[in-house]
Amino acid sequence: MRSIQRIWFILTLLAAPTLGSAAENVSGFRLNNGMQVVVIEDHRAPIAVQMVWYFAGAADEQPGKSGIAHYVEHLMFKGTEKFGPGAFSNAIKLIGGSDNAFTTHDYTAYVQRVAVQHLETVMEMEADRMRGLVLSSEDIETERQVVLEERIERTDSNPSAVFGEQRSAAQYLNHPYGIPVIGWRHEIERLDRDDIFDFYSQHYVPNNALLLVAGDVNPDAVLEMAERHYGVIEPSTRIPERPRPKEPPQLSERRLTYADPRVSTPYVVRTYLVPERDSGDQETAAALSLLAEIIGGAGINSVLSQKLEVKDELAVHTAAYYGGTSLDDTRFTLVVVPKEGVALGEAEAALDEALAEFVETGVDSDHLDRVKTQVRASWIYAQDDVQSLAYDYGSSLVTGLTLEDIAEWPEVLQEVTEEAIIKAANGLLDRRKSVTGWLMREEGSS
Amino acid sequence: MIRNIGIVAAVALSTGGAVAAVDIKEVETPLGISAWLVEDHSIPFTALEIRFGVGSASEPEDKLGAAYLMTGLLAEGAAEFDAAEFQKQLESIAASFEFDARKESISVSAKFLTENRDEAVELLRKAIEEPRFDSEPFNRVQSQVLTILRNREKDPDTISGDAFISTAFGDHPYATPVEGTKNTVASLIPKDMMDIHKQMLVRNGIVVGAAGDITSDELAVLLDRLLGGLPAKGLEPIASAELVMNGGTTVVDFPSPQSVVRFGHAGPLRNDPDFLTAYILNEIVGGGDFRTRLNVEVRQKRGLTYGIGSYLSAFKTAGLVIGGMASANERVAEAVKVVKAEWERVATDGVTADELRDAKAYLTGAYPLRFDSNESIAKILAGMQFEGLPASYVKQRNDLVNAVTLEEINELAGSLYKPEELHFVVVGQPEGLEREQ
Repeated sequence: MRSIQRIWFILTLLAAPTLGSAAENVSGFRLNNGMQVVVIEDHRAPIAVQMVWYFAGAADEQPGKSGIAHYVEHLMFKGTEKFGPGAFSNAIKLIGGSDNAFTTHDYTAYVQRVAVQHLETVMEMEADRMRGLVLSSEDIETERQVVLEERIERTDSNPSAVFGEQRSAAQYLNHPYGIPVIGWRHEIERLDRDDIFDFYSQHYVPNNALLLVAGDVNPDAVLEMAERHYGVIEPSTRIPERPRPKEPPQLSERRLTYADPRVSTPYVVRTYLVPERDSGDQETAAALSLLAEIIGGAGINSVLSQKLEVKDELAVHTAAYYGGTSLDDTRFTLVVVPKEGVALGEAEAALDEALAEFVETGVDSDHLDRVKTQVRASWIYAQDDVQSLAYDYGSSLVTGLTLEDIAEWPEVLQEVTEEAIIKAANGLLDRRKSVTGWLMREEGSS
Repeated sequence: MIRNIGIVAAVALSTGGAVAAVDIKEVETPLGISAWLVEDHSIPFTALEIRFGVGSASEPEDKLGAAYLMTGLLAEGAAEFDAAEFQKQLESIAASFEFDARKESISVSAKFLTENRDEAVELLRKAIEEPRFDSEPFNRVQSQVLTILRNREKDPDTISGDAFISTAFGDHPYATPVEGTKNTVASLIPKDMMDIHKQMLVRNGIVVGAAGDITSDELAVLLDRLLGGLPAKGLEPIASAELVMNGGTTVVDFPSPQSVVRFGHAGPLRNDPDFLTAYILNEIVGGGDFRTRLNVEVRQKRGLTYGIGSYLSAFKTAGLVIGGMASANERVAEAVKVVKAEWERVATDGVTADELRDAKAYLTGAYPLRFDSNESIAKILAGMQFEGLPASYVKQRNDLVNAVTLEEINELAGSLYKPEELHFVVVGQPEGLEREQ
């Protein structure tokens, strides 16, 4: 999640971490009950990170039940029959560890980071709450209030986030990616105990989960431990199909404006529906990744920055993003924050001009070389942070990619040609699959 | 609860034993720059963290924001390279340089590959020693900062943080945001950048932390090349700050469904002998995990917030205990009431032996987990030197935590937590909140 409400000095000239990374010392297993296990070794510090990823997220919710995946994530901290309310977090605290969880459209993941000798403790507890969740009515109601506060804090209080929610809804005509992960307020208010346990019992099963352990561990020992704690859990035969309605052809450009008195810096943002990384077929995604770096990466040498910020002096900030790790079609995003006094229409026209010019002129081959050098270096730097490496692996593996795809990705990126990038850029000239939004100050406000 | 015994017993056996597994080498260069290094050759790059000893609080009154803007321009052209060429050079060697201004320091965080370390260091030297401050990048980055300042005016979280700090410090330079003000930033010119650069990026007061694929000899040579050309001395230290805040509630009207709250009062300085004891106390009341008193009472039991926490904010000449939360306008009055009650409770009754035991277990268990990557180790090493701690502290720190007694902590609780001095800044449209000031 990147915030475009603020602009930052961008002095880090590294390729975006979304470009992925490849590590040695990665092993993959599968338990007899179908649970996947991946181990990433990093022996520099006596630390272990455990992540359990469920192949279920907000895009797997039933119509009208938005927010249930995220609500269940919150409730997973409430306790089980074996470990009463608060026992999980308390035990983590007593060993000096940290824990967290996150929900996206495609997955829900639970993370603990502990000294390596405590790995089994957190494994025992994580395995226990896969099937053993116990909730009182009070837990359910109190946590609903917390979730509603979260929604107010992260979305309703932030005009950029409100605008983002509306733009997503406009982008997806049929696919649930158009519904916010946290849920619509009126639906969160009505989620009940049955909704919670339906979602939990259907999706939280070993054959719908991936265990990822990273750090100072031995893969065989992890596997043995995993057998002991997760391997004994019965697999389910009734994991729901992931319905995932597909998008129809998008034939009409969508445009929207959102005005809010809390907006201080108006901006233009355009998103296009584009393919994600597919197993065995990552070339298109690789071209889109490098396209984003070339036209809107960090620093002032990107195509948009050079034209809109340096030459024409129209913008204070420009950017392009592409995150290819998702189960279904995703978005390519362009942002222009005009200078004070420059109209949004003028900024958007300059953006379109810059795109057309880029397609016309082609890729500067020195520029592409520099981007590829940075991508190569980013795999070296990525080894320094095993938790974020584990995040990259996990999010790829639960969105349809394999360890092989992840291993091949660096090479696929290096092989992207100038032609492939221009072909991808050409797609940005066709606005039928796009949503263009203007975030504006409310009339009459300062 | 009997079910928990298994885990608690296992925990009891293992806490206290862990010590951060890093070996810090103290390096002194021929030119007299000192640095700490943790060598680790498993990944072919080095992380370097440099802190200069003055920051935005030392700016002249009419140049507020100069240090922030100056650091934003260091990678925008230096020596023979204009901005575009400088960044191309940096991109070609895939190094990363980040510059940041704070109130009492300026930091440089660099990462570079072993394969082109010399080129990276030479490029970093140019940025630190010979920045150009050309008019093109100056105008561009200045308008970015002005945009940031405008955004800050409409961000409730920033508004509450700024209002709290300015209520606390009044006219003292600590009260001003690092980014400056719209007026002062708009009036800055490239010459101001030259001036502030010359005064702030100096050798006196510099601290260095390094970690990764480099030896102490290599680091010593590198540092003299990198920093040897800087002036020896710059600005004098700033005047000591005095807290001017009293207990009460300040409401800042802001159109939002939720109120953002900051609260707190005076706290210890970093060199206060009781600092570590205060740190443990804060951990129990509102520190870094789900089980703190504030989190249990405000979030878990009552669902009044998505997040609440507190920390000790120690400037060189003043300290604060600061807490923060956000709560719906119609519920924030209750949340504030609960915080006040918790303040009363800890001030009057202190903490229990169990809470102290658990906090010690958490803090001593968590400490070694901080030393997990070259990047974080380099930052910790620089931060420790900046705070005046010895390298041996890494090995002693958990013993110091374990040595704090219940009597000591509860004696401090009565003087650290002062309910009558607790000041709340509430940004939003709170309902039913008494405005006491």
